[in-house]
Amino acid sequence: MSIDVNARYAESHEYARLEGAAVVCGISDHAQAELGDIVFIELPAVGKSLKKGETFGTVESVKAASDLYMPISGTIAEVNGALQADPALVNREPYGAGWLVKITPADLSEMDKLMDAKTYGKTIGEE
Amino acid sequence: MAPFAGYDMPISYPTGAVEEHAITRRSVGLFDIDHMGQFEVTGPGADAYVARMVSAKTSDMQAPMARYSLLLDDRGLVLDDLFIYKLESSWWIVVNASNREQDLAWFMAHKTPDVTIIDHSDATYMIAVQGPNAIALLDKIGAPAVSALERFTWGRIKINSIDILFGRTGYTGEDGGELFFPAEHAERLWNFLLEKGAELGIETMPIGLAARDSLRFEAGMPLHGHEISQSINAIEAGFKWACDFEKDFIGKQALLDVIAAGPSRKLVGIEVTGGVPREGYEVAGSDGAIIGRCVAGMYCPTVKKYAANAFVEPAFAKAGTPVKVIIRGQPKDAVVVKRPLYIPAYRR
Repeated sequence: MSIDVNARYAESHEYARLEGAAVVCGISDHAQAELGDIVFIELPAVGKSLKKGETFGTVESVKAASDLYMPISGTIAEVNGALQADPALVNREPYGAGWLVKITPADLSEMDKLMDAKTYGKTIGEE
Repeated sequence: MAPFAGYDMPISYPTGAVEEHAITRRSVGLFDIDHMGQFEVTGPGADAYVARMVSAKTSDMQAPMARYSLLLDDRGLVLDDLFIYKLESSWWIVVNASNREQDLAWFMAHKTPDVTIIDHSDATYMIAVQGPNAIALLDKIGAPAVSALERFTWGRIKINSIDILFGRTGYTGEDGGELFFPAEHAERLWNFLLEKGAELGIETMPIGLAARDSLRFEAGMPLHGHEISQSINAIEAGFKWACDFEKDFIGKQALLDVIAAGPSRKLVGIEVTGGVPREGYEVAGSDGAIIGRCVAGMYCPTVKKYAANAFVEPAFAKAGTPVKVIIRGQPKDAVVVKRPLYIPAYRR
């Protein structure tokens, strides 16, 4: 299972990666593997402000629907439109083309409260 | 892995459910379905007994015919669905795993002194080989050729020196068959099918429960506990075609009463925009009033649609009727559609 060393991780398996002024958010490779084939993704409207831990969308796999939680507080700056036609991008490239939303962070220091790659790796049983 | 009727069954193999579905539609899928039960009915009274027990027409059945049927109670409710095979001098009845014990008890309770019922479920293994290349694969590795058999008939064949009862039947909407054979050969036959598929360049892969469900769903086949169950009668589920009203069978009078009064609800297909419908979700009319409930729902990989089967009030059952499916509190646009979404191979 791959872990993006440049990202930080929430306990609910979302990652947050600072790119310029925005934070790119998706779900980890471990999370996509646990969910199985992803067949539908519901994402929020651009401009929506959400607090850390609030639901920002839903990812539906063959097996079940799972809520997505904001890893940090902020405003939705962009959503990944490519996922409407090809939700399985999240399975194939969770850290790349399968990103979910870009967030304009409300308080960048919240990133420090997320796990780094090494700590996250331990929580999912990988060193 | 998931517990299923006392068996540990893979929901999907490492291939993944969506790809497993696609492989079965384009080449060959192997289904480890040993959990299915098999009963044999023999004796001088077998024909009359089976005719009374099952809903389907049996009077015209002779070896080597096989047919889909329902097992109903006196109220016309669906205890199970079955495949019945007329063997040389007996009836072979294939039942669902979850209902095996209860079905056997039902058959025994209605037994006449001139029949014998044997439960072969533990001694018999069952593998389904399904897909457009399934018959070609079996012809190459076994004998005699199964391509000589018509759809919904059976034959006795040998593969890798294993004696097999082969039914040209299935549960995917594709051509292919179902193999019944002594359980001790299960692993050997399973591996032989996979190895020969690879050797002959015929893509052949194991298929899990999730793809088994999406394949049958697209092809309009019911799953007991969903489209049919002990609280659903055969008429509202749309199975009048599987009932022979020319004969006497358990549940017949109740079904005639339902037909005369008109069913209070009907099974329909519903296509949804903007979400994945699932079992238990409510269906509403355009005014928001609840008119039914989904009994199954999923993403359908071949037709690329999000669809449900639902029981709705008869006024909403016509194809083209706009409805809503409530997904996590949000009413999503939906429309009643014709079933099946995918025309099975035997109807093409």
